[in-house]
Amino acid sequence: MVAINLWSSLTRFTDGARVVEVEAETVGGALDGLVAAHPGLAPIIEAGVSVVVDGEIAPNRHAQLPEGAEVVLMQRLKGG
Amino acid sequence: MAKDEFKEFKLVGTRPDRPDGLDKVTGRARYGADISAPGMLWAAVLRSPHAHARIVKIDTSKAEALTGVKAVITRADFPTGLTGEDWNLQENTMAGERALYDGHAVAAVAATSKLRAEEAVRLIEVEYEVLPHVIDVDDAIKPDAPVIREGAADATVPEGMPPNVVRYMEFGRGDVEAGFAEADLVMEKTYKTEATHQGYIEPHACMGQLGADGKGEMWVCTQGQWFIRKMCTAVLGLETAQLRVTPSEIGGGFGGKTTIFMEPLSLALSKKAGGKPVKLVMSRSDVLRATGPTASASMDVKIGMKKDGTITGARAEFRMQGGAFPGSPVDMALYCAFAPYKLTNVEHVGYDVLANRPKCAAYRAPGSPMGAFAVESLLDEMCRELDVDPLDMRLKNAVREGDTASYGPKYGSIGLVETLEATKAHPNLSIPLGPNQGRGIAAGYWFNHNGETSVSMAISEDGTAQVSVGTPDIGGSRASIALMTAETLGIPYEDVRVNVVETGALGVNEPTHGSRATFASGKAAVIAAGHAITEMCKRAANEWGIDPEAVEWVDGAAQPAGDNAGKFPPMSIAEIAGKMGSTGGPISGHHESVPEGVGASFGCHVVDVEVDPETGRTTILRYLVVQDAGRAIHPAYVEGQYQGGAAQGIGWALNEAYIYGDDGRLQNTVFLDYRVPVASDLPMIDTVIVEVPNPGHPYGVRGVGETGITPPLPAIANAIQEATGARLCELPMSPPKVLAAIKAKGG
Repeated sequence: MVAINLWSSLTRFTDGARVVEVEAETVGGALDGLVAAHPGLAPIIEAGVSVVVDGEIAPNRHAQLPEGAEVVLMQRLKGG
Repeated sequence: MAKDEFKEFKLVGTRPDRPDGLDKVTGRARYGADISAPGMLWAAVLRSPHAHARIVKIDTSKAEALTGVKAVITRADFPTGLTGEDWNLQENTMAGERALYDGHAVAAVAATSKLRAEEAVRLIEVEYEVLPHVIDVDDAIKPDAPVIREGAADATVPEGMPPNVVRYMEFGRGDVEAGFAEADLVMEKTYKTEATHQGYIEPHACMGQLGADGKGEMWVCTQGQWFIRKMCTAVLGLETAQLRVTPSEIGGGFGGKTTIFMEPLSLALSKKAGGKPVKLVMSRSDVLRATGPTASASMDVKIGMKKDGTITGARAEFRMQGGAFPGSPVDMALYCAFAPYKLTNVEHVGYDVLANRPKCAAYRAPGSPMGAFAVESLLDEMCRELDVDPLDMRLKNAVREGDTASYGPKYGSIGLVETLEATKAHPNLSIPLGPNQGRGIAAGYWFNHNGETSVSMAISEDGTAQVSVGTPDIGGSRASIALMTAETLGIPYEDVRVNVVETGALGVNEPTHGSRATFASGKAAVIAAGHAITEMCKRAANEWGIDPEAVEWVDGAAQPAGDNAGKFPPMSIAEIAGKMGSTGGPISGHHESVPEGVGASFGCHVVDVEVDPETGRTTILRYLVVQDAGRAIHPAYVEGQYQGGAAQGIGWALNEAYIYGDDGRLQNTVFLDYRVPVASDLPMIDTVIVEVPNPGHPYGVRGVGETGITPPLPAIANAIQEATGARLCELPMSPPKVLAAIKAKGG
């Protein structure tokens, strides 16, 4: 199981949960699991998010989630 | 790689001549407007004079009848059915049912000369029904505000919010009310910043060519040729690979050239004109009216602090308008606002709001300067109130490796403490100040970014090397990538040429944005060079008849790894390259990835100002930038980035603003009225490069382009308070505003 930390205004799609646990070994699996558990999150995930794993932005959906990894969902980061 | 594994380098950290220097000082460099082709037509664009208006009718017949006019287009010439950001881009490129801001394109012409195209534009008749408009972000969320676009809100916006709110977010942790209860002092204030433009010297320019077969080419001034390709083909309904985009030299971008504004117009006109190339060059007025500045912001901040300077709780609510389309950087502003501080109780709320202004674009650390203005200003006031040293307060609360950032994740290796300590040790802080003078200090942060990256490197027959990158050079990346490649190969800097190539030459590259070019393209180039070294060691091993594993690469040559490998003299890169045709063919390296290991960068600025109490004019006496670069590959360019960020921030703080009339039309559309700093406004800006190497990059690079614009806004506000006793909470802090604040204080 991996615990995904959400930004708090997403809690209206997750029955109030700030942290959602899903079965996943990769970033993509975690996002898919999140949408499967809470379909209301689908348009937000599809619009693009950044997934931060142990302090670093995951490079792609296939990135592995180490056991006990800290996973934080953030709005997609970009720069100037 | 641990920090202590970084060794001394031969080239990294030196200051060789700039590879683009001669071309630029002799005028030989080819910018966007320098590109021409046989049979080329010129384009001109008709823009809305209204901030918000329904387009009732467009009559182009007189323009079409004018001699020399080869094509006239309106929105009717674009494909329909687009959704999401593709629709936003198309709608911004050419207005559909309504013009959404002063300067919004409504028609375009291609003709045999620029003057003829401009004459034809004046013959186009548009019937408008003028609609109510809204410019200010706080006005836009009032109950009676005109609605810019029904249904534009995304899924994050709860029901019942004002219709111009299109994105909403909350995040944080702990219990902020408990944090405030624990504090000795709680302060709350509202801050406002105006939209400012990136102010790049080179206006947008392109030449597009598109045939009836859907194949096209574009030469364009851009930070990202693949983004131009993706966006233009989406807006025009073309297959992506059929458009080849070549970037020109670029005269500044600062984020504003990471998107499209008028580029699809040249392609659409070209197609309608039978495939002739069409050149379109914006005027400064076009740039200011119709390209993307950053957002304007209205921000509430509340902070609790103990007498010793410990921050106990912090809350920020930011409202930002990014023009008539979603996309203000309110999320980034919130992420960065409290990023320098270790907080247990923190709460963020953000609203992305529509208004009748141009579609905002990225601008150097998008959002971060606004957030810093609010938070760093309030922290400074609290330090004054509690008689706490502002640098000691920042050191006390500073985040370190392993701390949880205010926006959620844990920090890796960061250099905020080292940056603050270097600031504290700088002699500028002990220079005595005179009457009407004040000193201001502020910190700032930017994440830095990785992004899709593809790089190729090829060894030439004489042992020199060429590197093909997809990130246009806006801040010295050709020099830094050449230095890192040369260091890796063990050859002179002058033996490496770095070329910024067109979209047909590499895999997809994100633009030069997010301070990523030296980090991402540089890392890819180093890995690509490593692949070439492996191949060169193999070629040498084959010549010697030994195992490739027994060959190592030292100082630009292959050599046996030890006595057991055999006794052979080193084989230089030139010797290996000279025989490559007969030893296996070309030798090259390639790497593509979304590189991991991004290193965030913190900065701290100290500014001394003098304020004329008679006029309210602020003079910058001296300015210090201290920032963590990770590793400065070419320190002169790093210093240039620090100074450039400070200069832009000084303009934003003191003078720059979009000024709208009651009719919603932009009043200051040229540089005479939109006042960017000039050389005579600024002292020499002092810099200190702090180096806490980023373990995620082979040479420790963090990225340095953006952090430098974040601290100037609050640092100058803090200095003005010390000089005058007056606290300004709205930008720009222009002479009339400063004078009014001084008078309000009874000065």
